[in-house]
Amino acid sequence: MSTLISPQAGRQTTSRPDRAGRRPRRRWLLPLWSWLVIAWLASPIIVMIVFGFNDTTGKFNIRWQGFTLRWYRDLFTIPDLTQALENSLTIAVIVTVLATIMGTLLGVALGRYRFRGSGSINLLMFANIAAPEVVLGAALLSLFLTVGVPRGYWTIVIAQVMFSIAYVAVTVRARMAGLDPSLEEAARDLGAGPYATFFRVTLPSIMPGVLAGALLTCALSIDDFIITSFNAGNTVTFPLWVYGASRTGVPPQVNVMGTLIFMLGVLLALVGVVYNRRKV
Amino acid sequence: MDVVKTPQQAAVTVEPPPGEPVPAIELVKIAKTFSSRRGIVTAVDAIDLVIGEGEFFSLLGPSGCGKTTTLRMIGGFEEPTEGQILLYGDDVVGVPPNHRDVNMVFQSYALFPHMSVFENVAFGLRRKAVSKAETKARVGDMLDLVQLDGKSDRRPRELSGGQQQRVALARALVNRPRALLLDEPLAALDLKLRQAMQLELKRIQREVGITFVFVTHDQNEALTMSDRLVVMNAGRIEQLGSPREVYEHPRTRFVAGFIGTSNLITGRVRAMDGSTALLEAAADECLVVPEAASAGAGVGRDLDVTVRPEKIVISEDRPGSGRCAIRGRVAEVVYLGTSTQYAVATAGGTELSVFVQNASDADDIAGRGADVWLSWRPDHSLALVTTQPAPAESRSDLSGGNQ
Repeated sequence: MSTLISPQAGRQTTSRPDRAGRRPRRRWLLPLWSWLVIAWLASPIIVMIVFGFNDTTGKFNIRWQGFTLRWYRDLFTIPDLTQALENSLTIAVIVTVLATIMGTLLGVALGRYRFRGSGSINLLMFANIAAPEVVLGAALLSLFLTVGVPRGYWTIVIAQVMFSIAYVAVTVRARMAGLDPSLEEAARDLGAGPYATFFRVTLPSIMPGVLAGALLTCALSIDDFIITSFNAGNTVTFPLWVYGASRTGVPPQVNVMGTLIFMLGVLLALVGVVYNRRKV
Repeated sequence: MDVVKTPQQAAVTVEPPPGEPVPAIELVKIAKTFSSRRGIVTAVDAIDLVIGEGEFFSLLGPSGCGKTTTLRMIGGFEEPTEGQILLYGDDVVGVPPNHRDVNMVFQSYALFPHMSVFENVAFGLRRKAVSKAETKARVGDMLDLVQLDGKSDRRPRELSGGQQQRVALARALVNRPRALLLDEPLAALDLKLRQAMQLELKRIQREVGITFVFVTHDQNEALTMSDRLVVMNAGRIEQLGSPREVYEHPRTRFVAGFIGTSNLITGRVRAMDGSTALLEAAADECLVVPEAASAGAGVGRDLDVTVRPEKIVISEDRPGSGRCAIRGRVAEVVYLGTSTQYAVATAGGTELSVFVQNASDADDIAGRGADVWLSWRPDHSLALVTTQPAPAESRSDLSGGNQ
């Protein structure tokens, strides 16, 4: 509805006098709603963190039995789990680097130029994001089987890069679309060649979009289960291991690792926020 | 070179004899067409133009007239479909912007948001690997010139619009370009600031002595600042000349209407005496129009004539012979502070504007509904070319004859 009314009409509604009259009743409504949503979103995470400190003795870590730091000390005592975490983290780094580079270049191209095929690429990216993961995973598996590629570590990387590129490209494209084209022209005008223009002007300007895309990719990679499970072969990643363990009982180390990954994510997000505040 | 020439211009730059310095910028039959879904759109239609060294030259015209495209072609951001662009005699068509010795001030300023003012201004020098010490000195000098010393550590967004404008100017000028291109640089500023910046730009241009090519749609801006200007319309040059020439002697209907308030009188030519036409504006009212032959006037044909509103005198009694006179009724009186504007409907059916200075004894020359006489000196009747741009010879005749 707001898209249909003119800017003036929009301004009139915000300055309508009866709005001030309704304000006191709304004063608690919005905070209450916000906190409810936050509680809903945060409760599983809080449970995960708390049960990482649970002094559990049985196979199942579902009943609170007292506080301990033992699981932090014994974090790497399950070799398979350690290996799975290592796989997940190294894959995440490789996938993030590859997908960020490729997605950024694609996003820049789509945001800046109209070229033959740009419409189809936009459509394809949307399809990639919208398609059910199980479809992508199964399709990719049949492709690997047809071509005869042995499944394992690198097929996971290929699969994850494939679905991550679209996310990076979309965020970068949005940033690029909001970028004044004359910034790049000014750089050229002042003597910068195409490469200097890209690295000194374009890239710093779209950096928030690139970082957002990279963070998103990293998060998607670490926790991807469906596509990865189709294409993993004998390689086990953290989510795959946890899924396998869930039938026999998830050890508290998983909670600890989950907590650490979550903390890392929060830290990266904070760095991103600070960077954006300072830079642009 | 088929450009419009006047004696003054010829003295400055046009067609220098061998041995004389070459002009700063020369556009030779330059054209730009864009292909769109609706077909081919001509943005610039075979323009010839010579801009002299150290000139403040304006391209003036309504939006879509091709002035910005022309500027962008000089800067290297658009390649001409046809024609040559000579920069001090060298054809620069095909040379990318980073290898052209001109710099541009963009309408949006295009300051790099992630760099400080100093880094913005130093950008061009760093690309040319100028030494650190020299960069620092030159950037400092330039910030002094645009009166921004002390702001060098700020980010562009921490500056006001006028200050950002100055940074953009300093960033371009610090490279000592052979010409500075300005694309409506003052359009985003409010009126007071814009007027201040106009004078400021003139001062800076005089101090650095660099050729300025200035694009604007604001006729006041162009008249105030330029040494010479061209009025463009639909991808063509309508008129070239000094601000005074273009204002006092508009050559075409378009120029007369675009610059200043135009009063257009159309009538049939009753007789010709040499190049002077006798125009029948209304029953038993004839106007003497000098220099009409070069505008294509002929006995029995219609002719457009314009008179600047400040040249017209309003009187109750019929003025003496020797003046062009026309009857009318005052339709509107608008007080404008320094002057009063009268809208007078003439017997011939057109409406003429008259500006009368509000001197102390000028109260109530005429009220609404009053029948008055409008009169002016015959040499203020200007015959206009009605057709699209005429061949170059007649253009030269007209502007030459007006001197």
